[in-house]
Amino acid sequence: MSPWFQNDNRLPQTRLTVISYTIVALMALLLLGFWKLQIINSDRYAQLAERNRVRSIPIIAPRGAMLDRYGRVIVDNYPSFSVLLLRDDPAQLDHMLPQIADGLNLTLDDIQQQIEAAKALPHFQPIVIKPEATPGDIAFIESHRADIPLLEMLMVHRRRYPKGGFMAHVSGYVGEVSADQIEDSDNRYKPGDIVGKAGLERQYNDQLMGVDGLRRSVVNSVGREVGRLEQTDAVPGKPIRLTIDYDLQLVAEESLVGKKGAVVAIDPRTGDVLAMAGQPSYDPNDFAVRISKEEWKSLNEDPEHPLLDRAIQAQLAPGSIFKILMATAMLESKALPADYHVFCPGSAEFYGRVFHDWRKEGHGNVDVHDAIVHSCDVFFYNVGKQLGIDKISFYGANLGLGRKTGIDLPGEETGLMPSEAWKERVFHQKWYPGETISVAIGQGAIAATPIQLAYMIGGIITGGRFHQPHLLLSDKAAPEVDFPISDSTVDTVTQGMYGVVNEPGGTAFASKLSGIEFSGKTGSAQVISNQGLARAGKQADLKDNAWFVGFAPRQQAEIVVAVLVQGGEHGALAAAPIARDIVKAYYDKKQGKLPPQELTTQAVPGIPPSFAAQQAARASKPDPGAEESIPTKPDPVAATSATPATTPVATAPVSVNP
Amino acid sequence: MKEGTGIRDYDWSLLTIIFSICGVGVMEIWSATHASHLAGMQWKQLWWIALGVVLMLALSRLDYHSVLDKAPILYLIGILALLAVLAVGHTRYGAKRWLPVMGEFLQVSEIAKLIIIVALARFFSDVRTDRLSLMDLFKAAVLTAVPIGLILLQPDLGTAMVLVPVVAVGAYLAGIQWKHAAALFLAAALMVPVAWHHLKPYQKERVTTFLRPEEDPKGSGYQILQSKIAVGSGGFWGKGLGNGSQNQLGFVPVRYSDFILAALAEELGFAGVFVTLVLYTALLLRLIQNAQRAKDRAGMFLVMGVAAILGFHVLVNVAMVIGFMPVTGIPLPLMSYGGSAMLFVFLALGLVMNVRLGRFVN
Repeated sequence: MSPWFQNDNRLPQTRLTVISYTIVALMALLLLGFWKLQIINSDRYAQLAERNRVRSIPIIAPRGAMLDRYGRVIVDNYPSFSVLLLRDDPAQLDHMLPQIADGLNLTLDDIQQQIEAAKALPHFQPIVIKPEATPGDIAFIESHRADIPLLEMLMVHRRRYPKGGFMAHVSGYVGEVSADQIEDSDNRYKPGDIVGKAGLERQYNDQLMGVDGLRRSVVNSVGREVGRLEQTDAVPGKPIRLTIDYDLQLVAEESLVGKKGAVVAIDPRTGDVLAMAGQPSYDPNDFAVRISKEEWKSLNEDPEHPLLDRAIQAQLAPGSIFKILMATAMLESKALPADYHVFCPGSAEFYGRVFHDWRKEGHGNVDVHDAIVHSCDVFFYNVGKQLGIDKISFYGANLGLGRKTGIDLPGEETGLMPSEAWKERVFHQKWYPGETISVAIGQGAIAATPIQLAYMIGGIITGGRFHQPHLLLSDKAAPEVDFPISDSTVDTVTQGMYGVVNEPGGTAFASKLSGIEFSGKTGSAQVISNQGLARAGKQADLKDNAWFVGFAPRQQAEIVVAVLVQGGEHGALAAAPIARDIVKAYYDKKQGKLPPQELTTQAVPGIPPSFAAQQAARASKPDPGAEESIPTKPDPVAATSATPATTPVATAPVSVNP
Repeated sequence: MKEGTGIRDYDWSLLTIIFSICGVGVMEIWSATHASHLAGMQWKQLWWIALGVVLMLALSRLDYHSVLDKAPILYLIGILALLAVLAVGHTRYGAKRWLPVMGEFLQVSEIAKLIIIVALARFFSDVRTDRLSLMDLFKAAVLTAVPIGLILLQPDLGTAMVLVPVVAVGAYLAGIQWKHAAALFLAAALMVPVAWHHLKPYQKERVTTFLRPEEDPKGSGYQILQSKIAVGSGGFWGKGLGNGSQNQLGFVPVRYSDFILAALAEELGFAGVFVTLVLYTALLLRLIQNAQRAKDRAGMFLVMGVAAILGFHVLVNVAMVIGFMPVTGIPLPLMSYGGSAMLFVFLALGLVMNVRLGRFVN
């Protein structure tokens, strides 16, 4: 039998060739695949490889501190640790999660929710699972470094503000950057950044905010660190020096306790804001970690509107303060002679309607000086009638009303200085001459903010040099608007305001200060503007708003103080004493009678400087050994009792030289 | 033993290609493992290569006709060995694939591959016509289906799949009729949903991951993604041997074995890949050339069986590395670390040498 393979030599050569070509074609196709990955998309994959290899943990840059004009720290930071969870390895993650939850006193649900929420982020980016680590958490992370390599600590600098809402509207607060802000920032902000949300924090965010650094390490596929790369150090934010004088701010804050209103003190020669306070206030420290929805809601819906910065946002009828503008307009326009006088019987009739004076029995025969000193309404009714609304409006606009003063705070309101054109534009109605009579004494459709009134008076008494109010201390002069006012007018008006406080029968005679040429003008506004009404709620309109704008000395004034006490009823009783206290403090300090506050007294809101200095030293020189001893939730105001004798003073960054 | 064949009758081109590929593989195994607890793996690989060369030379001295003569017995032995694995085999990574032989664990399915090549070569040369009848096609299918079924039970989908191209290429060369081919293709397409139902969860996952890798970047899609990152980040010239971060830091899965080409692509770049793929293409074309010059159809079927398996291994593995195919656990012949696979390849090449040497004998 011949073997089975005999005569078996016809080979299918064509088919073998087809197979050869098929192989070459498939190989070429695969090479194309490599070409696409290695040549066309090489950069993208190189980036991905780098992300795999390098773990970047941010080094948070501390925000710059806010100092008062003498360098005393008002707002600074304290170090705190956030717990980061590395999510590179999901298998490890699932396996260790219960242990992590247990060690950090979190619920498993909570962590899983946070991981779920961060699903869209690249997995190499660690997430914060606990914003404020306790010493226990830190000990847990440190002792489990080997077996739980998924936890890292991130040192952050939390903002520390004076407690109790001290200067809160000025300082503002910080918070996590919003999506809109990121979009508007030209890539300067990234998600998770802490940025200023209100007040100076927002205004000067660029200076205050530093540039975060990066700690970069090489990790292997199971997330274990195998080497360190060069680290980019954080660039701390720059501190800002404010025009605020802490000592005056303290008086302003104290004087408003339990009240609703605002205080603004400016230096009319420069526009420096020496003190600025508002009540009710809020505690910006509540925003420093992460404000809860409920807290935010209650702050927003509080009928007292603690978030409203009344000094620049309360738009209210200025009442009799407006008479200073009327007097200036009367004298400057020369529409009436300087010795113009009126007999005041307690009321007067204009356009068929009777307008009352605040003093039923009248003021008798008054000239412009008497009218200011006694705040005679009838006199100014007549001046108003003579000038007409458009002339009043012209002076109002040029003396700072109806427009922003330009103070370096976000959210300033414009107030309202009405005119015929304004009414035509907004209401499509003609201006009634009767309305002018009300406006003449600062009532009706006219509204101003406390900062505007301080600005206006400061401008008038300096002969028409309006310095833009500002909170940032600078060597450069602030922008100035000049509207020259003649010396005789300035003299008449300041003499009148001096009389208000210093002449018997002056409306604020009770607030006279011996040895100081304290001058001013009271105001008690019966109605508030519609806008103000909507903002201020229901109860406030029951009682008059008390105003006082004072200054000292009579000539070459150094300080102007505007005070608003909402529902304070009488400017003389509610507002003038506050202005007086601030002016007195200013002089006491100038004469060395008031020892500068060293920010160590705990009886009033403030920061213990020894503590602050300690924290600053630690923050600038991170010492790993000191980690356990760092209080992670320090209470800036530890005690409320005034015990200056036992408070350490030495380390306070205080240098006062008024 | 044949007369008249000498050392110069060996296919030296083929041997050069084989040793070049082995050399590249050993080098990359060294690079992938030298800094880890697996350091020294390249020596083990060299040992396997040496053993493989000895077995190849030994097998090449045997007349392949006598091997084909014993094909039915070999086939039975193969089936029994596969049954033995299922009965008493050693379980590793959740699959029974290993039988202890000489202190090492041998993957029986590698031997089975060899036996199937021999059995199918014998079967197709017995057909003798140039037009494969439906009956013969059915017989060939059953012949292959039995070991495939047994290997699937281990379970080892990858190796089971590798047997399919042997019968497919065999049937094509034996003259399968187009209508039969089309019908088979249709039947296979209809089988897909049924087969899907019987896949293990991890196998299903691999397929879904392959189809939609972005849905699971950290699960089983992770391997493909990391492999692609390694390949892509290599660029044209690569990061240099021992410098690939994906490779050295362990991001590339089993970088010394199934994904060795990803490690190579990262460190030696497109240039290295190009050289490697050209070597494999040369290997396969050289095998086909050997088939074309075979003395008889039996020899051709034998060589083409080997070419089919090696070609399938290479194409599927390379496609997997760049994400063209799901992860199947099919190693890259001659490069991936692994004793059983290495011995199989050299034994298979021994058969090829055998056929070539047979040419010079009357």
